Amino acid sequence: MAEKLGVYICSGCDIGKALDMAPLMEAVTKGKLAGSCPVVKQNAVLCSPEAVAEIEADIKAQGLDGVVVCACSPRVKWDIFQFGKTVQVERVNLREQCVWSFREDAKVPGLLPLMAKDYIKMGVMKLSKSRIPAPEVPETFKTIMVLGGGMTGLTAALEAAKLGRDVVLVERAATLGGKAATMYKTFPMSHPYLKAEDTGIDQLIAEVTGNPKIKVLTSAELHSLEGAPGLYSATINAGGEQKFDIGAVVLATGWVPGDTTFLAPMGYGSIKNVVTAAEFEAMAKTGAIVRPSDGKAPASVAFLTDVSLCTKGASPDSVEVCAPPEPLPTPAPEGEPEVVAYPDKENAKHLAYSSELTSLVALKQAGYVREKLGDALAFVLYDHMMVPGINERYYKAAQDDAGIMLSKATITKVTEDADGGVIVAAKDTLLGADVEIKADLVVLPTAIVPVTAHEPTMNLVYRQGPGFPDLELFDGFVDSNYICFPYETRRTGVYAAGCVRQPMTMATAKEDAAGAVLKAVQCIGSANRGVAVHPRSGDVSFPVFNFQRCTQCKRCTEECPFGALDDDEKGTPKPNPTRCRRCGTCMGACPERVISFDNYNVDQIGSMIKEVYVPDDMVAGGPRVIVLVCENDAYPALDMAAFRGKGWSPFVRFVPVRCLGSVNAIWVADAVSKGVDGVIMLGCKYGPDYQCHFVKGSELCSRRKTNIAESLGRLGVEAERVEQYEVSIDEYDKVPAIIERFMTEVITKFGPNPFKGY
Amino acid sequence: MSNNSILVVGGGFAGITAALEAAEVGHEVYLVETNPYLGGRVAQLNQYFPKLCPPSCGLEIQFQRIKNLKVKTFTMCEVESVTGTPGAFDVKIKQRPRFVNPNCTMCGECEKAATTSVKSEFDFGLVDRKVAYSTHLFAFPQRYVIDADACAPGEMDAIKAACPYNAVDPDDAGNTFDLQVGSIIWATGWKPYDMAKLTNLGAGKLKNVVSNMQFERLAAPNGPTGGQILRPSDGRAPKRIAFVQCAGSRDENHLNYCSYICCMASLKHVTYIREKLPEAQVVVYYIDLRTPGRYDNFMQKVAADDKLSLVKGKVAKIVECECKSPILTVEDAVTGIKGEERFDLVVLATGMQPSCAGSKLPVELAVDDDGFIIGGADMGVYAAGCAKLPLDVMKTAQTGTGAALKAIQNVVGR
Repeated sequence: MAEKLGVYICSGCDIGKALDMAPLMEAVTKGKLAGSCPVVKQNAVLCSPEAVAEIEADIKAQGLDGVVVCACSPRVKWDIFQFGKTVQVERVNLREQCVWSFREDAKVPGLLPLMAKDYIKMGVMKLSKSRIPAPEVPETFKTIMVLGGGMTGLTAALEAAKLGRDVVLVERAATLGGKAATMYKTFPMSHPYLKAEDTGIDQLIAEVTGNPKIKVLTSAELHSLEGAPGLYSATINAGGEQKFDIGAVVLATGWVPGDTTFLAPMGYGSIKNVVTAAEFEAMAKTGAIVRPSDGKAPASVAFLTDVSLCTKGASPDSVEVCAPPEPLPTPAPEGEPEVVAYPDKENAKHLAYSSELTSLVALKQAGYVREKLGDALAFVLYDHMMVPGINERYYKAAQDDAGIMLSKATITKVTEDADGGVIVAAKDTLLGADVEIKADLVVLPTAIVPVTAHEPTMNLVYRQGPGFPDLELFDGFVDSNYICFPYETRRTGVYAAGCVRQPMTMATAKEDAAGAVLKAVQCIGSANRGVAVHPRSGDVSFPVFNFQRCTQCKRCTEECPFGALDDDEKGTPKPNPTRCRRCGTCMGACPERVISFDNYNVDQIGSMIKEVYVPDDMVAGGPRVIVLVCENDAYPALDMAAFRGKGWSPFVRFVPVRCLGSVNAIWVADAVSKGVDGVIMLGCKYGPDYQCHFVKGSELCSRRKTNIAESLGRLGVEAERVEQYEVSIDEYDKVPAIIERFMTEVITKFGPNPFKGY
Repeated sequence: MSNNSILVVGGGFAGITAALEAAEVGHEVYLVETNPYLGGRVAQLNQYFPKLCPPSCGLEIQFQRIKNLKVKTFTMCEVESVTGTPGAFDVKIKQRPRFVNPNCTMCGECEKAATTSVKSEFDFGLVDRKVAYSTHLFAFPQRYVIDADACAPGEMDAIKAACPYNAVDPDDAGNTFDLQVGSIIWATGWKPYDMAKLTNLGAGKLKNVVSNMQFERLAAPNGPTGGQILRPSDGRAPKRIAFVQCAGSRDENHLNYCSYICCMASLKHVTYIREKLPEAQVVVYYIDLRTPGRYDNFMQKVAADDKLSLVKGKVAKIVECECKSPILTVEDAVTGIKGEERFDLVVLATGMQPSCAGSKLPVELAVDDDGFIIGGADMGVYAAGCAKLPLDVMKTAQTGTGAALKAIQNVVGR
């Protein structure tokens, strides 16, 4: 606990113009924590070098272990107010969220000093309840396990080895190379992007197998992965069972060709001379491109990339991903093995998702026709030539080949001619409105379906299950939902790369492999320093469990968005700090309040809320509303609103929280029992396009809110007094209206909290 | 003597990502940026496709990481020269004067005292800014800039006098300093293709023909119109809006590649229009709609809009009528029908050009004919983001992460 605090109040940036400093200082010197605050000072410009030097001198002279800076937002001047590792700092946002945004209330004027006192007392209380976390630093394993020995996995293994890491490479097949080894060529991977080229897979395999840092296991499968980042134990079946100590994992198990039954509307399966791109590639690799019907070389080949016949009716909306988590499977009776079904995630849309590779493959394979079949003609019929970016140049090169006919076309029907030829009917072409093209052979796209659409793959020994959660959102791809953070993962320590993450070219996959390796290395390093990885990079705090009071209700283990908690047979949670992302969702979940961080805990925030002065008479003193604010997005939005000259009711008090997921119901209950008239939760958007940086925090809070409101209802307090709003960081102009609406539609409507004054 | 430090040139999304990913492994990282703020192009966007989420959200997290991981950032900087060898580079950095020191509290008194205004670069000339200015809300670092060259005589002194915090420094002469690093990441990003070169499409002279980046600013809540989509000529809400895809891209006379993002960007713009102008009619003229991968879902959703027409066709010419409404000469590629169409507002989906195209780099990196960096790895310099290839934001972040790994390998392996 910080026990000797210095409290410094800045009067710059209009604060001093609006507020008398002496009473603010008295709020501390005559307050209940006066004994812990040997230094209470004001300064005209607290961020000036002189003022900072004065704080430093006080720290030395008085032995301060905490500094409460009552000035501007913690988002600014952060580098100025840092006083070393042994001095904790709390920022009280007097400027943006108090003075600049203050609005007089006509009925209860002159509330600004009271508001400023509240915030200062809250800040002092918060810091007095904060400890400097001292994480236990585990000795971590440094080996990186790469799952999958295709282009992505081989590249990842080599990149990790180049960094001096030991690597265990696990490949299910008997040989390395994956899909690349089955290909005759690939489309261009580097400048000038004009010609299909050798994949280079043989050389890559040779480099990997010749590298002493890389242990290659073929005909091998990951049976289970137990533990946590930096401390994994991987059991691998490779002839017999082998165990490896693993630090982190790169998941590069790639893809499997899509189920061809989805191609039936285009004649696959019913017309002999309709093949898939994968089948055509295999023919090119062996050297003989022939018609299946008669074994003769085709004189014309049509590549169809428009798959609308197959995807008709497939909805762009992904399945419901925000439904409450499924109840956990009841353990199988003793003796019977537990079978957990893995819902298959392949669907017709995988054909559409593969569009870029489909177009590039069609161009490449049209090139094979020209290369290997003499005067044969190649048609490429596309809806949209999906070659974004630099590969436009490859498309241009194909356009310059007189033997390749390219046209936009919407395929309407594929039928078989009497002579074994295939007739492709199309509309909206560049050759005329409706046309029929006859080809000796028709090639349909092969869908890229991630291995994880069919199986959990990771076989994690985690309480929340063996695979990645909520993959329905990505149709089975182990992708990130964050545009800014492609390597964000729901399972800390496991980083996906290549086509298991998104359909991608080999050039992109190689780069992706490098990125995933860095994330894996980073994760091990962070575990080894006892700090969090992204988004709370470098955070040394971690959840501490007081097991004596735990009732084994399992809420924390079920709700952690990252599956950080396992449990024992009784249901007592078993923390895995290196899986943890420090969002505090477990702390918010716990009804017994057994989970806390040294510098962020239930008692601390509850005590802060209790520092808010709540008048007994709402008419004379005005109502009070506590706003629990997500510090990642809603809090900056409030700052920005203040910067833009916006303001709001003087009756609200903001309490920043790590994530709405960390909001414990007791804070709301305590506030209400103290007479607070309403509680607002401001957090990130949830649903399929969630913006919550901890994936589930704001969504979980909204579910808990419903329960809280119901319990309040039973006590005779209107459920409407507790409300959650989704606020993006750029919705600063909307925040005042949200608060205003709550004040009029809830507080004015329902009047004082019935508990007020008790 | 080899050095474990890494220099990242360019503080846009690729550079920020590369810098942070390297710093999070424990390396000392310097990030230099030419603008007065970090964030690059994405700081100018209203929303990202396909989630329609604000870029400031991800940037806020990145800036927090910059603070926590103690990345050393420098704005208003250019690399003057690079000497030395991989593992032991000496890089000379020139910092232009900001005329505002760290005392600045963003109180805004300097801006009030300034009298001269010039076109805002951040808002692509759609609005004026004062000579004492902050580019945008969320600007990082939060500190004003003074455009001394544009100041009227005596204006600088008036601005200095107005600052209560002694933060204005008229004698700021800039700075030159050296950095010793082991690896360099080149992430100088892209610039919008110059509309003036598109002579058949109005050459940037028609008021109601804007670029897609200008359209982002019109839709952004911190933009010149507070997020309202209005015609620049008369401030009225447009009822018919056209998008001209591949304005410069996929054209050997301009940009000999596809700019990757413009189709998705225009579809995203349709969602801006639908939110803000529910009745507006929209036509998108395209060659191909390039919506790779799972972006298909977004395309399907936007295409379901019944006031949107997606027309495969070429816009040959744009002129304006007396009321300043643009008139497009278009040919439908499927029907072959040619005609003229009048719109209230036209958005040119101008492509991305590497920022360094046409200028000499301070380090001898191989570039292609369009200015994309195609070499450097053998010399300990790693390209990332749109300096290397036209990419979207997610792929930019991927390349930034990959480049960070290469940069680390280069300094660790020695």
